[in-house]
Amino acid sequence: MHPILTTVLQRLAMGVITLFFVSIIIFSSIEFLPGDFTEAVLGQSATEETVAAFRKELGLDKPAYIRYIDWIGAVMQGDLGQSFSGRAASGVDRSRSVADLIGPRLQNTLFLAAMTAIVAVPLALFLGITAALWRGSIYDRSVNAVTLSTISMPEFLVAYLLILLLASLNPIFPSLANITAETPFWERVYKCALPAMTLLLVIVAHMMRMTRAAIINLLASPYIEMARLKGLSPATVILQHALPNAWAPIANVIAFNLAYLVVGVVVVEVVFVYPGIGQLMVDSVTARDIPVVQACALIFAATYIMLNLIADIISIVTNPRLLHPR
Amino acid sequence: MTETYSAKDEVGQVRQRRSRWDRAWIELKKAPLTAWFGMIVILLYVFVAIFAPLIAPYGEAEVHPQPYAPWSSEFIFGTDQIGRDVFSRLIYGARNTIGIAFMTTILAFIIGGGLGLIAAINQGWLDQIISRAVDVLMAIPALIFALMLLSIFGSSVWSLVVIIALLDSTRVFRLTRAVSMNVVVMDYVEAARLRGEGLGWVMRREILPNILPPLVAEFGLRFCFVFLTIAALSFLGVGIQPPTADWGSMVRDNASLIQFAQYDLKAGLTPILPAAAIALLTIAVNFVVDWFLIKTSGLRDEV
Repeated sequence: MHPILTTVLQRLAMGVITLFFVSIIIFSSIEFLPGDFTEAVLGQSATEETVAAFRKELGLDKPAYIRYIDWIGAVMQGDLGQSFSGRAASGVDRSRSVADLIGPRLQNTLFLAAMTAIVAVPLALFLGITAALWRGSIYDRSVNAVTLSTISMPEFLVAYLLILLLASLNPIFPSLANITAETPFWERVYKCALPAMTLLLVIVAHMMRMTRAAIINLLASPYIEMARLKGLSPATVILQHALPNAWAPIANVIAFNLAYLVVGVVVVEVVFVYPGIGQLMVDSVTARDIPVVQACALIFAATYIMLNLIADIISIVTNPRLLHPR
Repeated sequence: MTETYSAKDEVGQVRQRRSRWDRAWIELKKAPLTAWFGMIVILLYVFVAIFAPLIAPYGEAEVHPQPYAPWSSEFIFGTDQIGRDVFSRLIYGARNTIGIAFMTTILAFIIGGGLGLIAAINQGWLDQIISRAVDVLMAIPALIFALMLLSIFGSSVWSLVVIIALLDSTRVFRLTRAVSMNVVVMDYVEAARLRGEGLGWVMRREILPNILPPLVAEFGLRFCFVFLTIAALSFLGVGIQPPTADWGSMVRDNASLIQFAQYDLKAGLTPILPAAAIALLTIAVNFVVDWFLIKTSGLRDEV
């Protein structure tokens, strides 16, 4: 078999195994709940039958490994279980299915993340590569100073500064991103402007610094010096010699930051009251609605693992040393 | 120390050895402006945190009759949504937020550093188990994992400290293991083991002194990270709980004031203040760590 195929398959298998263990960790979180949590969910006055029915619904009468198999099987089919909220002591069950709760919100979050990424990735790569090429110039140093201060700030400071400047003092953009399913596309973009800008500032700063470091690291390697010494033009040095080796670090940087975006979205959604999955997760943590928290955590973790996996595979597939084995 | 350092004088007095403080002072004098700025800011924060009750004009949870009072000589930064003095809470917040973050970071280093050293010394099944477990834990984003665990164990200061320390200890473990791997293979470690020293001795006396500089730098960066995570969790309402003053939850509590910035800019700035306090400390620590890294190893000098 081609060595690349073997490496890629190995990496894929690693990803699946990681996902498996992560799902076990997320599943077992319900095991750590105190024994009387059913009463906490249903209320003090819950009748014994209600409690028993609820415990049966959760499958607490079965051993843990069977429950895990049931749970993961249901998750694979898109059934994430029933939310804890909306249950009454009398046994009336108005709880909603977790999939219904998450579905539309996941779309909103993906919309915000995609909107940010489309602008952030090219911008950060451009800034990072130019800063690396003109290393030590005033341009490089000023970009560096700005990005260092941006990454040291908590996301909510960036968010509130933007609200203060662009929504409160100069009312250009709305400070609340309260969109619904019916909101037309361009109004959606307009309302998401400030949250996207907040994420953009944080992400671009991270990505630009990492790109710059990766490119500088690359340009310092002996074969680049050799290419320069034999008199190749700067463009040829960059395009022919540096770029093939740069894909791996660049893919890593992009994937790392998209993964970072997944997490950063939580705080930003809360600031702008954006109806996304991050806000749902925070609300569910406050309400201790474990099935929703589990589902959100699973989605976030799976996205994070997938992005890292894709980055690894891209860096394996574009690695010139693996592409042309001896 | 007013006399300037001169190499000629030093050569003239061969026998005189400089004390630890002299050497530290010479290094400090060569530190760049950013590092000085960072150190002064950090000292200022520590001072405020330690002497909070003496500096603050009012108590931490003392409620005054007027909520959302404007900035005045009585209340320097006004009062918050239930009438507590914002300036006093900022000062107490320094104590709580920094104290908790510091405690968490130390705990993370004890767990992660200890396990990392053990894994590096007896590489074998133990190392494999810990490393694979850390791989899995690191595959879940820290903030998401923390949110999930907090929903199970509830939001108290102690669960916050333990959960974040455990999550961060994975990063510390990776670094400690990686740097001590290079030291474990040295002959003097081999010699110490051959003469029968125990695990504790090898960890503390042979390896730890040699991996200290990267660990100290990592401590600074970890502290920033923990500090920002705790601030973010408190901002989300699941971190440090009221009435304890804390910068993250202060931002959240006063956030609605920002809408009034058009009419009263100062009121609009109130929620920005605690967030700015967080940012300033993080930037200061980053400056000092940058200088320290270049100083001790030349590591990362390109960034």
